[in-house]
Amino acid sequence: MEYAPAPESRAVVSLRTSYELFIDGEFTPAKSGEELTTVNPADEEPLARVAVAGAADIDRAVAAARRAYEGAWGRMSGAERGKYLFRIARIIQERSRELAVLESLDNGKPIKETRDVDLPLVAAHFFYHAGWADKLSHAGLGPAPRPLGVAAQVIPWNFPLLMLAWKIAPALATGNTVVLKPAETTPLTALAFAGICQEADLPPGVVNIVTGAGDTGRALVAHPGTDKVAFTGSTEVGREIARAVAGTGKRLTLELGGKGANIVYDDAALDQAVEGIVSGIFFNQGHVCCAGSRLLVQESVADELLPRLRARIERLRLGDPLDKNTDIGAINSAAQLDRIRELARAGADEGAESWSPACRLPERGYWFPPTVLTGVTQAHRVAREEIFGPVLSVLTFRTPEEAVAKANNTPYGLSAGVWTEKGSRMLWTAERLRAGVVWSNTFNKFDPASPFGGYKESGYGREGGRHGLEAYLVHAA
Amino acid sequence: MPVGSGPGRLAVRKTYKLYVGGAFPRSESGRCYPVTGAHGGHLANAALASRKDARDAVVAARKAFAGWAGRTAYNRGQILYRVAEMMEGRRAQYAAEIAEADGIAADHADRLVCAAVDRWVHYAGWPDKIAQVMGGANPVSGPYFNLSTPEPTGVVAVLAPQRAPLLGLVSVIAPVIATGNTCVVVAAERAPLPALTLAEALATSDLPGGVVNILTGRTAEIAPHLAAHADVNGIDLTGAVPEDAVELERAAATTLKRVLRPRPGEDWTADPGLTRMTAFLETKTVWHPVGR
Repeated sequence: MEYAPAPESRAVVSLRTSYELFIDGEFTPAKSGEELTTVNPADEEPLARVAVAGAADIDRAVAAARRAYEGAWGRMSGAERGKYLFRIARIIQERSRELAVLESLDNGKPIKETRDVDLPLVAAHFFYHAGWADKLSHAGLGPAPRPLGVAAQVIPWNFPLLMLAWKIAPALATGNTVVLKPAETTPLTALAFAGICQEADLPPGVVNIVTGAGDTGRALVAHPGTDKVAFTGSTEVGREIARAVAGTGKRLTLELGGKGANIVYDDAALDQAVEGIVSGIFFNQGHVCCAGSRLLVQESVADELLPRLRARIERLRLGDPLDKNTDIGAINSAAQLDRIRELARAGADEGAESWSPACRLPERGYWFPPTVLTGVTQAHRVAREEIFGPVLSVLTFRTPEEAVAKANNTPYGLSAGVWTEKGSRMLWTAERLRAGVVWSNTFNKFDPASPFGGYKESGYGREGGRHGLEAYLVHAA
Repeated sequence: MPVGSGPGRLAVRKTYKLYVGGAFPRSESGRCYPVTGAHGGHLANAALASRKDARDAVVAARKAFAGWAGRTAYNRGQILYRVAEMMEGRRAQYAAEIAEADGIAADHADRLVCAAVDRWVHYAGWPDKIAQVMGGANPVSGPYFNLSTPEPTGVVAVLAPQRAPLLGLVSVIAPVIATGNTCVVVAAERAPLPALTLAEALATSDLPGGVVNILTGRTAEIAPHLAAHADVNGIDLTGAVPEDAVELERAAATTLKRVLRPRPGEDWTADPGLTRMTAFLETKTVWHPVGR
């Protein structure tokens, strides 16, 4: 069945041709004088030029954050701080349509997801943390926990505004000030958020946004004037940051890659499982660190499950991210598309069978069709390396022990899924999975009240919930 | 032949060895080093553990992990209390050892031994409470049963403090294993003998072999191998000298180990709080739909 196009209007977004850094409550040109261009990955059209922060700009931002920490923000009561966060949450709700469209333009993800998933969660994160600001002594971290100071935060491009909320909301609720660097391919919603801070009359310097690429991030992370580093991104960069932070005494939390296993037992409700598998790997084009990128299906139901899965994937709609019927949007960048292509090719070269639905890719922009690789073994690169794209590797197992062993056979430990109608089997499996989040008979659910984070090389620390506050507070003895 | 401890009797000296996988092997390297007391007198020879010994100890700790983590919290608490029982009966021996090692008065040594025994008793109460204190139900905005539980991180390398050879040692081991981790401990280089006598208490206290493995030797020589080891999940740098601690933290970054940094001047007699346990805990959040 064909649907008529149902595009969301771009008119709610007024893009500027260029954007400056947000430091000390003001938009200010970068001393570096450099710029980068952010493009719409769906059509490769430039959206705006964005300033690149150099070392001197990072100095300014950190100094502003320090002044704010030692000044107004540090002296404010928790109750007043919380009110600022409530205010920000409300503005996000009011402007959510604008922000959703902007996010889809800059990131390439479908409007359906930015509108129905990202933005409601962004607002929820500020609401949730707003309420903690005056209750920190009840968080179980000692009677009078104290903030750390200035937090350096570096976030990825897959959920630009949501990751910003995950970083900024807990930092501010606990009384810290922040310097945040968004990803170079998706800086626009962070800059819109800077405007929201102004609209909320947040004291200058409490939030600073410095845009740029890897060098800007490195300069921020290495800056001696910060007390805390928080990073979400690749395991490779996470290692580099852990090395840079070693010996400085700074606190560090890392939210890194994953290779999540989605285990389907023979007694699972198969149609329900199919929905979960699809959302597990194709949600956000598979640009999800906790994606269920390895499907482990019990051998006895594989022949029944896989045709149903393919039939479901045939019905996914790929194309214009601003079309309200689109399920799969664009890959975020040319570089990411190359990486997905390389790994998918490696899968085929190593003997896996590759399948994609018959779907026409748009002529311009960065696109990759939903892809299922079957006949994958544990030694294959596609079963070991994070692809970060809409590519599902399928493996089979015979016994629950084998499922657990295969699921855990990875240096990562971020997420896993379990599909079974039997509660005892679900709990048995969840107990043995070495992963920070286990979704049983569901997948890719997030909530600000629910801690999220990885085991092993998926990083350390948790974000969200009571546990997430610990990353921004001085340990009581 | 007369029986007793008359003037003609030759004392039977103790040979101190490593404690790995529940057994007491010599170093595979065949090396040892002389341990001297506070006043310079020779006390004994201790094994000088090698890189291979460290790797063997990690293998033993990994092998023991699933079983130890999988025991009921109640059972882990019982075993920790049993360690306290085993030590209590040998208080005089521990006191003599640390008095010799540190050159302290007998009554001071006895107080430190009592504190070490009491620390086991303290941690014996934790295994079945930590999940209630650190975990809980999350009120997510949707029809889900959502529960966060703490879990051990895995194999933890522990560099025991160089001072406080018994109380400090117990204070760094007990929190790590109370929560279900297994560990490889590098004993205080200068005063390793109390650690090996502790191993004798551990070996007779129902603690499964491999849960605690104790190496003696040069901390600076063994630690880099543990910090870089791909099958070690966390490292406690308490016993590292500051210059080495930075390099070890850097090495640990390669495999993204959980690192507990040294806190100079740590007071081992103070209430230990939670941080030594939470440093080596993961939080697992399980979601399940609620519906009919």
